[in-house]
Amino acid sequence: MKFNKKNILPKTRTGIDGLDEITGGGFPTGRSTLICGSAGCGKTLLGMQFIVKGIMEDNEPGVFMSFEESAKDLSQNVKSLGFDLDKLIAQNKLRIDHVRIERSEIEETGEYDLEGLFVRLNHAIDSIGAKRVVLDTIESLFGGLTDTGLLRAELRRLFQWLKVKGVTAIITGERGEKSLTRQGLEEYVSDCVILLDFRVIDQIATRRLRIVKYRGSTHGSNEYPFLIDEDGISVLPITSLKLEHSVSADIISTGLPALDKLFEGKGIFRGSSTLITGSAGTAKTILASYFALSSCRRKEPVLYFSFEESPAQLIRNMKSLDINLGQYVKSKLLHIHSSRPSLQGLEMHLLLLHKLIKEFKPLTVIVDPISSLVTVGSSSEVRAMLVRLMDMLKGNGISALFTSLKHVSRNELNDFTEDTISSLADTWIKLRNAEHGADKVRNLIVVKSRGMGHSNEVNNFIITDKGIEIPNANKADKKVNKNSLG
Amino acid sequence: MAKEQQYELRLYVAGQTPKSILAIKNITKYCKEHLDGQYSLEVIDLLKNPQLAEGDQIFAIPTLVRKVPEPIRKIIGDLSNEERVLVGLNIRTITTQK
Repeated sequence: MKFNKKNILPKTRTGIDGLDEITGGGFPTGRSTLICGSAGCGKTLLGMQFIVKGIMEDNEPGVFMSFEESAKDLSQNVKSLGFDLDKLIAQNKLRIDHVRIERSEIEETGEYDLEGLFVRLNHAIDSIGAKRVVLDTIESLFGGLTDTGLLRAELRRLFQWLKVKGVTAIITGERGEKSLTRQGLEEYVSDCVILLDFRVIDQIATRRLRIVKYRGSTHGSNEYPFLIDEDGISVLPITSLKLEHSVSADIISTGLPALDKLFEGKGIFRGSSTLITGSAGTAKTILASYFALSSCRRKEPVLYFSFEESPAQLIRNMKSLDINLGQYVKSKLLHIHSSRPSLQGLEMHLLLLHKLIKEFKPLTVIVDPISSLVTVGSSSEVRAMLVRLMDMLKGNGISALFTSLKHVSRNELNDFTEDTISSLADTWIKLRNAEHGADKVRNLIVVKSRGMGHSNEVNNFIITDKGIEIPNANKADKKVNKNSLG
Repeated sequence: MAKEQQYELRLYVAGQTPKSILAIKNITKYCKEHLDGQYSLEVIDLLKNPQLAEGDQIFAIPTLVRKVPEPIRKIIGDLSNEERVLVGLNIRTITTQK
């Protein structure tokens, strides 16, 4: 529980990565929060994570009242997340009460109320001094009993009772066709309502979360993508894009001394972002590998996202150019993460990037190639994602390098990368293959480099079994163009 | 055979509410009339023994549970409809045999 200076409403941490940021501290303490969504969207898991994290991180015992799954099933389902429910139950920190309603064995006659449920809940809460309660999914009652008028009245009484009891509760509800929940629970639980969504667009599934309302508190109003993986649920807060990150005057090598020569002979700024564009086969990945290598040599961890090659393939290919990445993978300085862009939605890629960056804490991040992501989303989406990514990287002082495939056939003006990300990058290197007589001539142009003088020439380069060589780089060093505007 | 059938009934209530009192009155009357000498009736007050609610999956009050003969049957409500209670407990067939 924490009190915000501006916000008198006390809040309870949810234990879910990112959700506390969006809600400004968590769910309202001592009140009920309604989580609604269609089947399979993660309601039960969210509730369980709220309870378990509450026990483990805030030492707040919790009661999980399940109307659907038995304690045994629940326990099994969350075991893969590292939650040992049986142990928590044995420690008297957790109570799971499975309310099973068999319509076939129940007959209704005359007046009744749900006092039995109240008694059970009250007993469970008092027996362990619970601060948190989850009711999952209370609407199952409507399937088991016929008197809906009575049920509604009783549910209203139950939510009121929970408030008086002073527990922080989560109530889950199945998404209805016209209302948020099938039985209109949002009418009764109105302090905080969160909607979970699971949708498939272009065959790619994305989970999203939205705070529909949060009485007495400010909250993010966007739809936030969230991920369910081996650590449970994590939400990606899309932070406000403020350009206020600190900058470094430190200069780091690109990994290729000849290329450094084109940047006043030194290299590029630490924490800046570099873009390498070029059509297929113009040595983008090789330059990216040099960048990774240089970071490894400085003993700075590198995270390499490869959207086209598997780690083994990348290492083998680079080895043929005398770039030995394998040793750094072994020493854990270099982490190569390969996945197909179409494996998941853009937001999921971004979320995964976030997670890996948080876990691995790299000082250098390489995305090769960023243009692959265009196949997943529309270009405005991709741009928004890249802005967020770059913002996050810069905010953490991470040097970034992106490669991007340029389509030869496309109209220059409509080129994706040039439109969308070149303005975001601090340094932009263009690679080209020109046909010169019977030969292919490779050349490299530094289009811009913010805050740094750079070569203004078209530099030819060759690829040998010793790597990339730029024969004229030494000359370029002397003819540097001072252009701090980029 | 059916006459020898023993009935084990449990009535769950929560305090002395009008509904509970009515249910106790009703079931005692039906038992005396239809199951004389063949039944045991236990009234459980959940306000005194809340831990007993979970075992019989009680959520509504009052609830009458027929433990024996199996399968378990539950009748929720103040039991004011005699016909439905008797059918629900499967006593109806016995009385017609008499």
